[in-house]
Amino acid sequence: MTVVEDFSRSPISACPACTVVPAAERIAALRAERDGRIVLSLPGAGGAETISTVEAALLAVPGVRSARVNLTQKRVSLLVGPGVTAAALVGVLEEQGHEAHELDPGLLSATETDRQGRDLLMRLGVAFFSMMNVMLLSVAVWSGAEDATRDLFHWISGAIALPTVIFAGQPFFKSAWASLRQGKLGMDVPISLALILASSISVYETWMSGHHAYFDAAVMLAFFLLLGRYLDHRTRAIARSAAEELAALEVPRAILLLDGIEIETPIAEIHPGDTVLVRPGARMPVDGIVLHGASELDRSLLTGESLPVRAGEGTVVSAGEVNLTGPLTVQVTAAGKESSLHRMADLVAVAEGAKTRYTSLADRAAKLYSPLVHILSFSAFGYWMWATGGDLRYAINISAAVLIITCPCALGLAVPAVITSASGRLFRKGLLIKHGTALERLAEVDTVVFDKTGTLTLGVPEPLALADQPRDVVALAAALAAGSSHPLARALADGARALGIAPAKVTEVIEVPGQGIEGQWLGARVRLGRADWCAAEPLPMTATYLSVAGKTHAFAFTDRLRPGAEQAVRALMASGLTVELLSGDAAAPVSDLAGRLGIPNWKAGVLPAEKAARVAELSARGHRVLMVGDGLNDTAALAAAHVSISPASALDAARVASDIVLLGQDMAPIADAVRIGRQSARRMVENFLISGGYNVVAVPLALAGMATPLAAALAMSLSSITVSLNAMRLK
Amino acid sequence: MEILAILIPVSLFLGGIGLAAFFWAMRTRQFDDPEGDAHRILTKDWDDRPKP
Repeated sequence: MTVVEDFSRSPISACPACTVVPAAERIAALRAERDGRIVLSLPGAGGAETISTVEAALLAVPGVRSARVNLTQKRVSLLVGPGVTAAALVGVLEEQGHEAHELDPGLLSATETDRQGRDLLMRLGVAFFSMMNVMLLSVAVWSGAEDATRDLFHWISGAIALPTVIFAGQPFFKSAWASLRQGKLGMDVPISLALILASSISVYETWMSGHHAYFDAAVMLAFFLLLGRYLDHRTRAIARSAAEELAALEVPRAILLLDGIEIETPIAEIHPGDTVLVRPGARMPVDGIVLHGASELDRSLLTGESLPVRAGEGTVVSAGEVNLTGPLTVQVTAAGKESSLHRMADLVAVAEGAKTRYTSLADRAAKLYSPLVHILSFSAFGYWMWATGGDLRYAINISAAVLIITCPCALGLAVPAVITSASGRLFRKGLLIKHGTALERLAEVDTVVFDKTGTLTLGVPEPLALADQPRDVVALAAALAAGSSHPLARALADGARALGIAPAKVTEVIEVPGQGIEGQWLGARVRLGRADWCAAEPLPMTATYLSVAGKTHAFAFTDRLRPGAEQAVRALMASGLTVELLSGDAAAPVSDLAGRLGIPNWKAGVLPAEKAARVAELSARGHRVLMVGDGLNDTAALAAAHVSISPASALDAARVASDIVLLGQDMAPIADAVRIGRQSARRMVENFLISGGYNVVAVPLALAGMATPLAAALAMSLSSITVSLNAMRLK
Repeated sequence: MEILAILIPVSLFLGGIGLAAFFWAMRTRQFDDPEGDAHRILTKDWDDRPKP
């Protein structure tokens, strides 16, 4: 009886073994593969050749349902059946000579921005269509159409313009209403008022068969302002999609151990208490405690230390560290959103809050401008009411003309045009501008703070003065190092090869995890590894040691400089900026680097909180700080700085906190970024002055009641075009 | 002036065709990959028969 009850309670399962071993069910669930979408990034894509070869190669793989290359985004998206993995497809493309990387499709959520962009583009298209038609009719009126003909043309213009203004003006009406409800006068309030007033006064004038109708001005206004809106949206959408791609490049996976079986699993499906295997060379996917194994850990991304730390049973590890020598079995204490890496999201949220406190140039201009427009328009209305002895129609006509002419058509384009042009230029140099006001803030910078490991250096060791060591010693060390994947061993083997030294003949080479490499050479035991294991005197810097027949030799390493770091630092100093170096690393390597780059102010052994405090201290003294960093220990400082730059190799948290991302390896574009930032801030101010200049000429005409619809149309289009041309002068 | 009664509707109709074509192109996502489409027209993959 009880047996029957037990069976009826247990869920129906496809595999009978699953009810016996609960873990087996989870294994089966994790292994079950469904039809899915795979997105691969193709950084080297270009030309018609790529499209044909990539699509043909991928469609030839059995199980691939469809493949389509998008050259603009440099991606290929595939629909695949069960059993097709991204890794296999990457292999197929690599055979064809195309570099490919897997992207996490879940993180590429561009649909919302896509929808907004299409919506704006649709309104822009409608506004353009009406503007052209109304303009054709207006030309006839301007060139002297009279009486019934003029009225007819006005009516037709109105029939086209009114629906357009209602449809195309919606983004402005909505945002104006939102800002009015908060009791503020944004840029969109005068815009909406001008659109509504121009349309209604024109309808009234047409009804009374008057001479002037401003339908053309209203539609043109909507078109130019939507154009500025769309440019602004597109720049931000491009930056967002590139930033998403960087995040999606790291498909987080871990090797889960269930009853001794290794299963590759997405991080999201790992829970605290699980056991994961971390192979040498892999990044720690979770927070946890080491159960078995001995190895060394590279913590440079988290703390800035360049020296590896030893790890054994019971060592607490955090996500983001790199396992160097031996395999480690780790018991998970926190994974995914709870891991220490993801907790940085709080810090990032604080950073975003601080950034929004910055008032952009456009906001400052709007604050000056908005009240002025309204005051001018109302005082014109009041004056003409008094001067004409209460002619309401004439007074409203004049105040509408003032509103239309002063309306910030060029102001709406002044900033987006400059930002589009500048960020396009910087994108080609390998810099991604993530934040709209980043360029303006970059222009104000007077102090630059650099991080060392991973920022100014690549975090790749390079043997120091290898040529000064005896040749046979180097040959012996190279022979031992050849079999290891430890970064120091690899650097040593590469260094020996570069010097043309052939490795010596060493037998019985074994790698002792967490210690070093051991072998037999001419009947003697030789060791390459940690100082205590080789019984050597440790040096105060990153080094590895060789022991041969009771004698020891030390090989010192230095961190390889990032290409362009020297030029960037020199150019920044030459343009009058103060440069500082703050590192969490030991004093010796930091002072060495500072000396090489000629940075006078440096500090070693700095804790993450101290970095942020130093940046805050500089800001409090009135300095505007540009922070350049990549690690978790820089995140707080990146958030606190006026502007921040991080390389693409940085941790996700650091990239999110920074305003600008350096896409390539080369660091030289940072100096260009500062120069272009200053230039574009100057262009923005110039653009405000230009559109102000048009107003200075046109407003007195409008106030005096001499502004015709023709003058309004001319002023509007001329100022918009001059402003766009000025933005394109950026070099 | 009677000609206006024909010409204005004609000009509006022609412009409307352009607008409708723009809407159709946007709805069918033809602006998603401008660079790829520019190159795609040069490939010879499906010249002999249409893509299945």
